[in-house]
Amino acid sequence: MAETVLELDDLTVRFRLRRGDLTAVNGVSFSIARGETFGLVGESGSGKSVTARAIMRLIPDPPGEIQRGRILFEGDNILERSDAEMRALRGRRIAMVFQEPMSALNPVFTVCEQISDALRTNLGLTKQQARERVVELLALVGIPSPQQRVDSYVHEFSGGMRQRVMLAMALSCNPGFLIADEPTTALDVTIQATILELITSMIDKLGMSLLFITHNLGVVAHSCDTIGVMYASHMVERGKTREIFANPQHPYTVGLLNSIPRLDTQSKYLTPIQGSVCSMMDPPAGCKFHPRCTHAMDICRQKNPELKEVAPGHFAACHLHDRG
Amino acid sequence: MTGADAMTASGSTADMLLEVKGLTKHFRLNGDIYSKIAGEKTQLLKAVDGIDFHIRKGETLGLVGESGCGKSTTARLVTRLIEPTAGEVRLKDEDLLAFSPTRMKETRKDIQLVFQDPYSSLNPRKTIMHILSRPMEIHGLARTWAEKREKVLDLLHRVGLSAEHIDRYPHEFSGGQRQRIAIARALSVDPELVIGDEPVSALDVSIQAQILNLFRDLQEEFGLTYLFIAHDLSVIRHISDRVAVMYVGKIVETGPAAALFENPLHPYTKALLSAVPEADPDKAPPKLTLQGEVSTPIDPPPGCRLCGRCPRETAICAQTEPPLVDVGGDRQVACHNL
Repeated sequence: MAETVLELDDLTVRFRLRRGDLTAVNGVSFSIARGETFGLVGESGSGKSVTARAIMRLIPDPPGEIQRGRILFEGDNILERSDAEMRALRGRRIAMVFQEPMSALNPVFTVCEQISDALRTNLGLTKQQARERVVELLALVGIPSPQQRVDSYVHEFSGGMRQRVMLAMALSCNPGFLIADEPTTALDVTIQATILELITSMIDKLGMSLLFITHNLGVVAHSCDTIGVMYASHMVERGKTREIFANPQHPYTVGLLNSIPRLDTQSKYLTPIQGSVCSMMDPPAGCKFHPRCTHAMDICRQKNPELKEVAPGHFAACHLHDRG
Repeated sequence: MTGADAMTASGSTADMLLEVKGLTKHFRLNGDIYSKIAGEKTQLLKAVDGIDFHIRKGETLGLVGESGCGKSTTARLVTRLIEPTAGEVRLKDEDLLAFSPTRMKETRKDIQLVFQDPYSSLNPRKTIMHILSRPMEIHGLARTWAEKREKVLDLLHRVGLSAEHIDRYPHEFSGGQRQRIAIARALSVDPELVIGDEPVSALDVSIQAQILNLFRDLQEEFGLTYLFIAHDLSVIRHISDRVAVMYVGKIVETGPAAALFENPLHPYTKALLSAVPEADPDKAPPKLTLQGEVSTPIDPPPGCRLCGRCPRETAICAQTEPPLVDVGGDRQVACHNL
């Protein structure tokens, strides 16, 4: 068993809003080993991004609050760190890539200025050293003629190139752990293919661990070792990628996989999941998925199922697995 | 043989609902007086640059391509929301572009649009009753309040909503439900052609499947014809009878969905398909078989738009633009090096 880099234990994040409390992440646990790529999958509002932000300690408080749980990064509980200690951690040891590069990057500074800012603060490089390093980084992420592009502004790059700049910035201080929050969602499919290839090769080359957040099951199928499926703030299934795709155990995962139109065959109708996602302000009692589930039983309306091991290394939170 | 000739050879014109020939839309950039004073050069953005396609009655044509390739401009041209620079749009063998404003207004009833974002396409200040009955009023399809109410209730039922929803406002609905309302609005005037401009791309995958099924059901029930625009290739494959692939203002390949997806002929179609990550870890991982990035539609050089990216490029590609030629089996491809 490889060394564990990140471990989430019963993480619960709550937002206190004027309309009432909203639990965005509810008792989520998983761990990521060194060199592993973990895919966090789910539809909008399922709590994926809040989980990522909690790891970076970027939940605004108030209204947000980490109610329970631990986040162990290399054995050390991040939630107990001071703000100054967190600043030393962010960027240097854990870095993050966001979905929308245009809003994550600063439009009034050149690429060189914003990346070297991190290098100079975190690594204490001089202006000249930082500039050389930025050029190296841009070359690393495949930006053509980095010597010239280093002084460009963000709006002078295309969407795919901006995402490369974001990746260069995330990699600038050699972090051991990368969080990518929907890094290819805003991109066209051909650009997505190149960015995915780039992220995977960077992870291999630099021996990093990756938490990959996406709603696209096609993307996780090819880039992640392990997957966690989230639905309405809960993690409902977790296991090796191949295992989950070949043998999904939670009705939500099954429904999700059946909902995707396929490229290789054409069927007249798809098999969607009935109904729509429950309101997070007023979630149903018991299993959050039961109003949409075709297997719902009495117990599902009363008790929220725990994540249980249904096969070696494969966990599902569903009362259907209670019997055996 | 050009695409248009091939079409008349393969199908009779009687069942043809929409025919588009040489449709072109060029936008002039920096054409205003300020740019002239500043001495900026006028440029042409060739959003749609001479495309031919046709849709037979009752069929679904899928139009697919990456952002900026001209898909949405095509939808706007076909509905005359914007006027083309050149070309022909024929609806039931009549020249749509020659219609008078009055005639055009009447004809709008036959062509309806469903947009991508149901949050901005529904008026937040109006009830569902108002949103769905207004088009009927405009086209004189229902007169009394009772008649309208009855028709609206029937529409709600057909798109999978219930009677209790009729007096609510759009903000009370989820994204999927809103898209159902947008579809009901399109159907309220009993159209022949429904154009969906990315109608499922803002939806989560489990809801997307519901809406795709709804499109199917309604097509059978009302004998609708669809022009379905999307960037998601698996959605296009699922919903379409025939597919047209666009790249920078041009159609590069058309054909029956099954044949085109199983055996893509144009290098761009091939690249697009190999870049899709399929939800199956045993399938080949996505990869890009083209070099560089999408070319610009602003003052494009002569020759094929894929020049500089294509693995099959030869000397002729940079000089002459390849025409869309018939390759048999109701398929047309625009490539010099097949």
